[in-house]
Amino acid sequence: MSKFTFPTSIRSRPVYGTLEERDGSAHLLIADAHGAEAILDVATPLMMEKAHIIYIPKGEAFEDKLRALNPASFYAGPTYAAAEARIHKAFVDAKMGLQVYLTGTEGLIGQAQYAAMEAGIPHTAIQTEHRGSTARRMQCVHCKGITEDVETDPFVCSHCGLNLFVRDHYSRRRAAYQGVCIDAEDPGNVPQAKGIYE
Amino acid sequence: MSGAEKIAVQVTDIVPLNDLVTRFKFERVDGGLLPTFSGGAHTVVEMRDGEVTRLNPYSLMSDPMDQLAYTISVRRDDEGRGGSLFMHNNVKVGDEMTISYPVNLFSLDLRAKKHLFLAGGIGITPFLAQIKQLERFNGNWELHYACRTESLGSYVDELTDRHPNETHIYYDDQDDKIDLTKLLDGQPLGTHVYVCGPKGMIEWVRKTAASEGWPREAIHHEEFLAPQPGKPFEVKLAVSNKVIQVGETESLLEAIERAGIHAPYLCRGGACGQCETRVIDYTGNFIHRDHWLDDDEHANGEKIMPCVSRFEGKTLVLDR
Repeated sequence: MSKFTFPTSIRSRPVYGTLEERDGSAHLLIADAHGAEAILDVATPLMMEKAHIIYIPKGEAFEDKLRALNPASFYAGPTYAAAEARIHKAFVDAKMGLQVYLTGTEGLIGQAQYAAMEAGIPHTAIQTEHRGSTARRMQCVHCKGITEDVETDPFVCSHCGLNLFVRDHYSRRRAAYQGVCIDAEDPGNVPQAKGIYE
Repeated sequence: MSGAEKIAVQVTDIVPLNDLVTRFKFERVDGGLLPTFSGGAHTVVEMRDGEVTRLNPYSLMSDPMDQLAYTISVRRDDEGRGGSLFMHNNVKVGDEMTISYPVNLFSLDLRAKKHLFLAGGIGITPFLAQIKQLERFNGNWELHYACRTESLGSYVDELTDRHPNETHIYYDDQDDKIDLTKLLDGQPLGTHVYVCGPKGMIEWVRKTAASEGWPREAIHHEEFLAPQPGKPFEVKLAVSNKVIQVGETESLLEAIERAGIHAPYLCRGGACGQCETRVIDYTGNFIHRDHWLDDDEHANGEKIMPCVSRFEGKTLVLDR
């Protein structure tokens, strides 16, 4: 099951939609893992004639299906960091009328959205659809380090080792949720870690 | 709030530009400095014409950093309710007037990588200030300006002299039209479009850009609507418990103010949303002219923008 209904939360928390085809001069689709399913759902032959798909499989076997859509350009890379130069180049070369579709994990959507915003696309004009893992990209508010794919609350910062509480407070600029020390006043008093949505 | 804070000014220069447009220069009566503003801002000018007080918004066209004087350009509208005619015929150098602090409902989005300006006729005025603002930090802009004829092309010479590479002029009578689809095609990512001109031009730009896949957020427009005259009508103001008559050449907002009732406003041109008023009861038809309320709100009869909209019918009761 690649779809998940997130509980409603504070205004800061991103809300994702369902991708739909929009008129445009070109289409840039960036996805990871199960995001491929959303691309398969939205793709049309007409759209694929002007489409550039950038895909990070993360161990999922969708690459052949995506290639079979026959997009104008296709790239698969091992990590977001590996794909970043490609994504940057796609935005540098793009003209107004480009439609951007981002789908997969929140970490992928957030980072690609920031790249699109930096390139001059208003964030509200970027389509997003969450699919697959609900793990979060977290920033430690203390050391500023990023911990990827966080699934439990609280968790240990992979940079400074503090025990961090998973907040819904989100930064579009950092493409990350904020993690705040949970035992600052009573060091060592850390609640049992459980799934973020349990 | 009933409008922005006021400034007492003196008219220090009047320059007729062509058959329709005249430029007015204002300096503070007390000799002090005017506030700086941002390109695209307007000021509301109070005109005391005998018994009638009119408040009309005009875009500031001077350099936003020039605190010594403001300038506006007024296009004469012979069919209007008389505000522009009053400016053209009655205002003289040395007159003292009251204007509002600048208010900006058409500001530049400074996140844009490029600013593409589309002006129609007197719609050039906000861009004159925006261009001066952008030139200060070497901003990336381009102007496409449609005028009826060469003789009515206000500021064409100034623009083409100072910015020959950025300025593109189109004359209607020479059948010279902006090829919008071609112009929008291939603009770099991060380009924002700003359009100021007649209603038809704004609609054309918004629709064309949308069909070319441009985000709504990258299209900015400003159209000041002068309140149009219409049949007189009667309104009951429920909160104040007064019944007022709206005359043929006054707006509903002006009639409310004439009755001594406090009503909020800012732009007086159907754009800002400050004067939005709830309708309690009505029998008849609204003549909505604003572009603040959406189509549903125009249809459901629950709200009216008294600065530009009118009513025809038996009863209108407002929450004011």
